[in-house]
Amino acid sequence: MIEVKNLSKSFEHTKVLNDINIVFDKGKANLVIGQSGSGKTVLLKSIVGLHNVDEGEIVFDGTIFNHLNFKEKKEMRKEIGMLFQGGALFDSSTVEENVMFPLDMFTEMSFEEKRERTNECLKRVNIINANQLYPAELSGGMKKRVAIARAIALNPKYLFCDEPNSGLDPKTALLIDNLIKEITIEFNMTTIVNTHDMNSVMEIGDKVIFIYKGDKWWEGTKDDIFDTENKELNEFVFASKLSQKIKDLKNHY
Amino acid sequence: MSLINHIGKYLVLLYRVFSRPEKLKLYYKETIKEIDKLGLNSIWIVVIISVFMGAVITIQTAYNTENPIYPKYLIGLTARDTLLLEFSSTIVALILAGKIGSNIASEIGTMRVTEQIDALEIMGVNSASFLILPKIVATVFFSPFLCILSMFIGIFGGWVAGVTTGIMTSQDYIYGIQYAFIPYYIVYALIKSAVFSFLITSISAYHGYYSFGGSLEVGQSSTKAVVHSSISILLFNLILTQLLLS
Ligand SMILES: Nc1ncnc2c1ncn2[C@@H]1O[C@H](COP(=O)(O)OP(=O)(O)OP(=O)(O)O)[C@@H](O)[C@H]1O
Ligand SMILES: [Mg+2]
Repeated sequence: MIEVKNLSKSFEHTKVLNDINIVFDKGKANLVIGQSGSGKTVLLKSIVGLHNVDEGEIVFDGTIFNHLNFKEKKEMRKEIGMLFQGGALFDSSTVEENVMFPLDMFTEMSFEEKRERTNECLKRVNIINANQLYPAELSGGMKKRVAIARAIALNPKYLFCDEPNSGLDPKTALLIDNLIKEITIEFNMTTIVNTHDMNSVMEIGDKVIFIYKGDKWWEGTKDDIFDTENKELNEFVFASKLSQKIKDLKNHY
Repeated sequence: MSLINHIGKYLVLLYRVFSRPEKLKLYYKETIKEIDKLGLNSIWIVVIISVFMGAVITIQTAYNTENPIYPKYLIGLTARDTLLLEFSSTIVALILAGKIGSNIASEIGTMRVTEQIDALEIMGVNSASFLILPKIVATVFFSPFLCILSMFIGIFGGWVAGVTTGIMTSQDYIYGIQYAFIPYYIVYALIKSAVFSFLITSISAYHGYYSFGGSLEVGQSSTKAVVHSSISILLFNLILTQLLLS
């Protein structure tokens, strides 16, 4: 479980996050939704400590993360896996080297053990026979999956995904979403997913948090979204004609 | 941002670069890779420039000392001292600033804007140290070799030019390059080239590491890397010359 308490963050003179309070549950995919520029990435990076927050506390299972010193934070980060918006695979390393990197860095495994664990993770995300390819030779969806494999290599307790399916077709996006959800349940992780894709919300949104202009505006489950009276959320979720129609139909019956 | 600000940020980065590495074996592996990429890959450019510059220095010296009161061996001596004192350390460093500096800044800058550096940090890796230390060790370790190589090749280029154009005999040149030889000049050049390599690598890495935005900004960082490392080379050339030769 991760608790965010009274978190505020600003850059120079612009306030990006404003007094945010959220509880992210264990064993669930917690979705953070919001328009482009609403502050989702900043929220995620503040939670993992890539940004220093102005105010507030981030509590990982009872440990106040942002009060830890540099070394303690580093220790804690070994429990965190993160999937970045663009994948962030190391360009000059092969798929195998990418997934093996955390194992090289933080374990004393033998090469055989590391290779076995790497293949296990790659198999888990359905990447086979691509070990020696470089990131430039992969498709967008494959990159994302390799990045997931790298993120779970050390069996993290927490998984953060920033727009895991941006730039993917709806079907591949769905595969990635479901993969994240399955892994979350399988390893009982606390998972936070940033997205502006309503398909993902409907697919895996056990808990949905809506960020609007740096404020936490709404919180609920994917089913609550249809009944909400919240104006901004409605405008965001039912922005397209298709989704508007679905809502009308649903309310009709 | 003001100069003081930049220098402060640069020093803080250096402090992080030189903090204790988490896993020496990985650093060692990276260093070997960097020696190949930054060092061995620079041999050709150093060879080409040195041979031509050695030739040009020799010919120019010959034309400027045509008066018979100057002995011919002066040409060899002048070529040698120019190469040893300035060319093989400072000029080669300025050229490497263009080659290595832009390479380092764009590589690290791309890693920054594509969030690869964030990915390292998230894993709990000291990204500054992991990315920059191997490059610094590789270039500082390799630069004396390049410097020595440049001296030999430059002197050889001068000999070829002098003899083939017939402005002097081979004996004159060889006598000249041995005449009044001060071995300390070599030490002085090696110290300079090690310091310059450190400046090129660390300043370029600094500009790459603090890139922000997209590929446009990475390009700008790489330009800044070359300009700032060149200026600092000139500045430190003055300081080191004053310290080491006076
Ligand atoms: N390092 C930074 N320095 C200054 N401002 C920043 C920085 N990072 C983000 N911002 C600003 O914070 C705001 C929120 O950005 P953020 O990246 O969190 O949006 P987002 O919700 O993730 O959008 P998207 O869905 O497009 O990824 C933006 O206005 C952005 O300009
Ligand atoms: Mg974002």
